[in-house]
Amino acid sequence: MTVQDTAVSASSLTVQERRELLRTMHLIRSFEEAILRDYHADKAPAWDIGAGLIPGEMHLSAGQEPVAAGICAHLTRDDAVTATHRPHHMAIAHGMDLDRLAAEIFGRETGLGKGRGGHMHLFDPDTHFSCSGIIAEGYPPALGQAFAFQRRQTDRIAVAVTGEGAANQGAFHESLNLAALWKLPVVFVVEDNDWGISVPRAASTAIASNADRAAAYGMPGIRVEGNDVEAIHAAAAEAVARARSGDGPTLLEIHTLRLWGHFEGDAQGYRPELSTVNEHDPIPAYQARLVADGVLSDEDAAALKEEAVARVDAAIGFAKNSPTPQPEEALRYVFVEGA
Amino acid sequence: MTATAVNPSGQTPAEEQRAAAAPSSFPVEPDPGTRRLNTAKAIQEAIGSQMEQNPEVFVMGEDVGAYGGIFSSTTGLLDRFGAQRVIDTPISETAFIGMGIGAAVEGMRPVVELMFVDFFGVCMDQIYNHMAKIHYESGGNVRVPMVLMTATGGGYSDGAQHSQSLWGTFAHLPGMKVVVPSNPYDAKGLMTAAIASDDPVVYMFHKGVMGLPWMAKNKRSIGAVPEEDYLVPIGKARVARAGTDVTIVTLSLSVHHSLDVAEQLAGEGISVEVLDLRSVVPLDREAIVASAAKTGRVIVVDEDYQSFGLSGEIAATLLESPDARGAAFSRVCVPDVPIPYARELEYAVLPTHARIEAAVRAAVGA
Repeated sequence: MTVQDTAVSASSLTVQERRELLRTMHLIRSFEEAILRDYHADKAPAWDIGAGLIPGEMHLSAGQEPVAAGICAHLTRDDAVTATHRPHHMAIAHGMDLDRLAAEIFGRETGLGKGRGGHMHLFDPDTHFSCSGIIAEGYPPALGQAFAFQRRQTDRIAVAVTGEGAANQGAFHESLNLAALWKLPVVFVVEDNDWGISVPRAASTAIASNADRAAAYGMPGIRVEGNDVEAIHAAAAEAVARARSGDGPTLLEIHTLRLWGHFEGDAQGYRPELSTVNEHDPIPAYQARLVADGVLSDEDAAALKEEAVARVDAAIGFAKNSPTPQPEEALRYVFVEGA
Repeated sequence: MTATAVNPSGQTPAEEQRAAAAPSSFPVEPDPGTRRLNTAKAIQEAIGSQMEQNPEVFVMGEDVGAYGGIFSSTTGLLDRFGAQRVIDTPISETAFIGMGIGAAVEGMRPVVELMFVDFFGVCMDQIYNHMAKIHYESGGNVRVPMVLMTATGGGYSDGAQHSQSLWGTFAHLPGMKVVVPSNPYDAKGLMTAAIASDDPVVYMFHKGVMGLPWMAKNKRSIGAVPEEDYLVPIGKARVARAGTDVTIVTLSLSVHHSLDVAEQLAGEGISVEVLDLRSVVPLDREAIVASAAKTGRVIVVDEDYQSFGLSGEIAATLLESPDARGAAFSRVCVPDVPIPYARELEYAVLPTHARIEAAVRAAVGA
């Protein structure tokens, strides 16, 4: 390292905290790049969604890393996170084991769900992480986890994540009301990536900021612009502290960026700004800022990326070398007893 | 791979859940004794006893507190356990059923009431995409030990949106146990078993079996119930009346009607066996086949809709069995029509005493 950990930074965060944010974002991006590569590797020339080492729909989170890094920096593995159909960034930032995550995506017996779940259905008791492929329906279970934490008189919290399209679903509004009514320790997060598949938010949502909807439930609502990991970190700090101290939920809407398609194979012909999307990639921007602030050198940054790629490569290797589930075991795990 | 997480209690989540369950400490189907309760009181007693023994058990739903449940499933529990454990919710079934799921995932044992099963339309995603699938999707790593209790059935002119049975709909979707008690003894034992179960259990009580003072009731809605805790195993049918000429396979309030018919026809020398399924998932196919093989004639009496449901599943079970394939088969169900309001129309579609009696006479050629 060319910069001391004690160096004064231009941010309210410590040098170490800023490096960690970048490290987390590199790890997520490296993971998504690896999945992207393997997902497409064996689907050509006749692209078949059900073919290849990684079959099925694939929703990757590139561009949304600042949300996961900024929020999960405040969490421990004892806190719960419920995420969406686009869950990898939240899972990784929350500390999910990369091997078991990769193995589940590859549909292997060593995966989190032994290949029964897939990339939209990740359940990890070790990190109290879950996700749902149904829009907005990850919110209600988070209420119950928060309720259990509250009843056991811990300061653990639940973070419930959804997209901006979900803010028009009933489950979203029912959950906000109930959490506010009972002061449950929840942080509600809306990842606004501007697009509900192909529909721009202006065509789906009557108001400019979903954070304004918090007022209807008597809770604070904050919209964070700019996809800036440090601004997200700061907003999340307040929301998490409020939840931990028993003061109830907060709604955060984070304006972020879907760098790639809704799912892989989405040509995004509906997206007018497509040619300039990469200019807004948050990771090079943050890395340049940290270099300019003297937090790390270009060499340090390259080393962070190399370290991330190495960790991801190991996880992908673990997945590929793991056994596939036995077809005769497809009926196991419907019930606990008598399976 | 990382080591399994250990909670502050020193137990893994799975260990915590196992410790909370402890179903083996309850006797299985003891002698009923002589104390008599109605079904509603039997349910209250089962929930209350489990709440006393396990702080992780709580009740949640619309009007379960001061009102005591619209059909008296939770009467008295608020006074005993307070509003922290007997929780009135907003009219937000998606939110509070989902909340039960999350609490169950963390090792609590919620008993969540959906006031009428007919309301499942506003919250089914939490039920069938979450409650029922999480254990499977997690490869068995995450359990959802939750009871979803709900009122079913018609017969009192509540119309098409408040009178359905619908157990076949839930049973069709994998991942939920579906229990349907017909009497006080089973109601208590099945509720105790449901709370002790590590699987999600949909507990469906017919309003007509509860013994409510404000609804016409069959004498069988009041019966002997042991004071101690006990289990009625989920998935075991009961021969409610032994017979040799014809088997009625039925459940819930239709058990009462079928027994009434059987008693009446015994005077004419027609011997009717009545099999009370007690649960739809798991379905006790062995008991169905055994009785069919004995009598050679099967009538399914089911207050759920006729097509694509339980009665058809029972027919398939007979066809797939070498021992019962030749049994004669008929059914008395609700034809495929919304439940009508006017009494004359509603009783034209419900499985009434008259329809059941006619089916038995036709089956035995009397």
